[in-house]
Amino acid sequence: MNEKVDLTLTVNGQRHAIRVEPRKTLVDAIRDDCGQTGTHAGCEHGVCGACTILLDGEPVRSCLMFAIQCEGRDIRTVEGLANGNELHPLQQSFIDHHALQCGFCTPGFLMLAAGVLRKRPDIGDEELIDLLSSNLCRCTGYANIIKAVKAVRDGLAQA
Amino acid sequence: MKPAPFKYHRPTTLDEALAILAEVAEEDGRILAGGQTLVPMMALRLAYPPHLVDINAIPELARTRVEDGRLAIGALVRHADLQAPLGCPPLDGLLAEVASHIAHYPIRTRGTFCGSLANADPASEWCLVAATLGAEFVIRSADGTRSVGVEDYFQGVMATAIGPGEMLVEARLPLLPADSLWGFYEFSRRAGDFALGMALATLRLEGGVVGEARIGVGGAEEHPRRIAEAEAALVGRAPDEAAFRAAAAKAAAVIDPLEDHATDGTYRRELVETVVRRALSAAMAHRQARPRTEIEARS
Ligand SMILES: Cc1cc2nc3c(=O)[nH]c(=O)nc-3n(C[C@H](O)[C@H](O)[C@H](O)COP(=O)(O)OP(=O)(O)OC[C@H]3O[C@@H](n4cnc5c(N)ncnc54)[C@H](O)[C@@H]3O)c2cc1C
Ligand code: FES
Ligand code: FES
Repeated sequence: MNEKVDLTLTVNGQRHAIRVEPRKTLVDAIRDDCGQTGTHAGCEHGVCGACTILLDGEPVRSCLMFAIQCEGRDIRTVEGLANGNELHPLQQSFIDHHALQCGFCTPGFLMLAAGVLRKRPDIGDEELIDLLSSNLCRCTGYANIIKAVKAVRDGLAQA
Repeated sequence: MKPAPFKYHRPTTLDEALAILAEVAEEDGRILAGGQTLVPMMALRLAYPPHLVDINAIPELARTRVEDGRLAIGALVRHADLQAPLGCPPLDGLLAEVASHIAHYPIRTRGTFCGSLANADPASEWCLVAATLGAEFVIRSADGTRSVGVEDYFQGVMATAIGPGEMLVEARLPLLPADSLWGFYEFSRRAGDFALGMALATLRLEGGVVGEARIGVGGAEEHPRRIAEAEAALVGRAPDEAAFRAAAAKAAAVIDPLEDHATDGTYRRELVETVVRRALSAAMAHRQARPRTEIEARS
């Protein structure tokens, strides 16, 4: 049962050939085996959202999936947001609105917001707040996170 | 916080899955559906199944279909799939509204309708829907298929008619008649938390009075169920505040409330009174109910 299996994960378009036990969660495989430590593991049981990534474009909790379930899927993490030296609009907006302090929760919030704004650039305020209540932040008090995401949404609406 | 080791199976057909289940059931081999309950339990070491039978690679289980006056929901249909229109109003509107109260969006993209029914948490919204509307549960094993009615399905806190080696392959919900009014109300401490109390009501009016009523309560007892006494208090009366209060008071009086360190029986009864009354008012208020969110309307 502890036997390791070979699999290939595609993280931000890059293929990683790894060898893991079936019980290895996706978040642990992304961090330990693919070396992409931007995705954070907080509660490791689905409550905090720090580990949120995009799986085939949908936000999911990567602590609640096993890596072995994700071969051949398109995995997107915070490392894939920026375009070279140019930050993603959400990343810049988080800086501009002081939407992070310690930064532990930030990758999860960014991936959650990035996934949803791509599908729903016109999401309403009430729904947006409900959506962001999915993830926990122990520093900011949420108001600035909401402001930062709203600002990007409003920018998209103008564009 | 790391799950214990297990052997992983990834069947690609239902028959293959049932054959593996038959082999591993005795050792507590489990189905892995959305994993949004099972994986946290494994991380907390409250569950350590030696085998996981992952059903996510069986596309035939991911379908909904309307047939013989019922909406059939396969074992891999996710909570978020039910937030999009399914072409069977008003039932699909009811499902979309209820789905928006289950956990949070990133959990709804994975967790399944049938997984919720199999898990049978007392506060599961889908169990409330199944109990109130009268679902039929299609259960299969390597030995064959059986169909279980709602009266026999729920057997206690997280206990159902599903036996070892069996899979809930599909749940069938009766469609709602076009003139049905429905209302749902849930109370939880924070958005996305499990409900402390919730109610679902469907009504049909005939000549200005309530002709048919279904009132289901969840989160308050061992499993969600219809409250016949509350329904009887409503039928034949005009659908007004006084009638709703009478029905809600009946529901509060007859339940056998769950109690925990934070919530005693008195609190749960009062909560049931409130959620039933508000579900009934919601049924009258949003006759043309629209889903609260369309994030998940898949492109
Ligand atoms: C933070 C958080 C908040 C949540 N809030 C809510 C909430 O408010 N309301 C709510 O209802 N749920 C909530 N959930 C739970 C969520 O809805 C789960 O998706 C659901 O309870 C189980 O579905 P699943 O597909 O994830 O099942 P899994 O976790 O894969 O399985 C759960 C159990 O059911 C068995 N099983 C699964 N599918 C079948 C089947 N087809 N036949 C037989 N057995 C099966 C499994 O073997 C396992 O024992 C929450 C979860 C989290 C992490
Ligand atoms: S680490 Fe995954 S939700 Fe907390
Ligand atoms: S910035 Fe510290 S947890 Fe959110």
